[in-house]
Amino acid sequence: MSTQIRPAPVRKSVFVDAPQAVAFDVFTSGIGQWWPKSHHIGKCDLDRPVIESKAGGRWYERDVDGSECEIGKVLVWDPPSRLMLAWQLTPDWKFDPNLVTEVEVTFTAEGNGTRVDLEHRHLERMGDKADAMRESVSGPGGWPALLQLYADQANSEKGDAA
Amino acid sequence: MTYANRVVSALADPTRMSVLEKLRDGPRSVGEIANDLPVSRPAVSQHLKVLKEAGLVSDRSVGTRRIYYIDPKGLGAMRAWLDQFWETALDAFKLAAEAEAEKANKKEKK
Repeated sequence: MSTQIRPAPVRKSVFVDAPQAVAFDVFTSGIGQWWPKSHHIGKCDLDRPVIESKAGGRWYERDVDGSECEIGKVLVWDPPSRLMLAWQLTPDWKFDPNLVTEVEVTFTAEGNGTRVDLEHRHLERMGDKADAMRESVSGPGGWPALLQLYADQANSEKGDAA
Repeated sequence: MTYANRVVSALADPTRMSVLEKLRDGPRSVGEIANDLPVSRPAVSQHLKVLKEAGLVSDRSVGTRRIYYIDPKGLGAMRAWLDQFWETALDAFKLAAEAEAEKANKKEKK
């Protein structure tokens, strides 16, 4: 394929009205309190995700029946200011040890609170794995079918608004 | 699909839809797209920006020109999905962190 796809990193910032150390702890050891429950891996029926508190640690989900599913690992553990995780899930939400995309999270004290900046980068590494995603979003018709679907939906929403 | 809203709003504009349709024929520069449509170059640039933010197109530099193209591998969709995912996750994280801070505050005051 001649066209190299390099999607821009996903960048998000949020200000939390909590001290830096609390923000870091809730992000890591408290991840079970906020991680979206609808997102879990393969057959794993989510109990809660776990981030081990050390560089090289695991990032995984513990299932209700006790089994564990890998999400990735901890690349940088530098509390309370910085965390870097490897997100090793393919677009169809399966763990792939050969895939490493980086999620860097920094915690910066600001007034009485903390600014949290998140960057999820190297998404182009998912390129070889994106076929499954494409299949699941566009079906056998590929892009034209997908575009038509969105166009129909957009038109119907416009119709509702009129 | 959790990223559908952003994509739908990107495509809600008929001109923007035409811009995207042009890219289905192959990678194009802003000027080439503008030549084919009754729209100014700045307007085309603006539409491309929205399409890019929705993850529907990507761009790259070729010499001094910037070429836009539809992402054929679904990475744009993946990116849009992750964008939405982290948005939701960080909103929930903010609530959890602030609840935790409040709990600590109350304990301190006792």
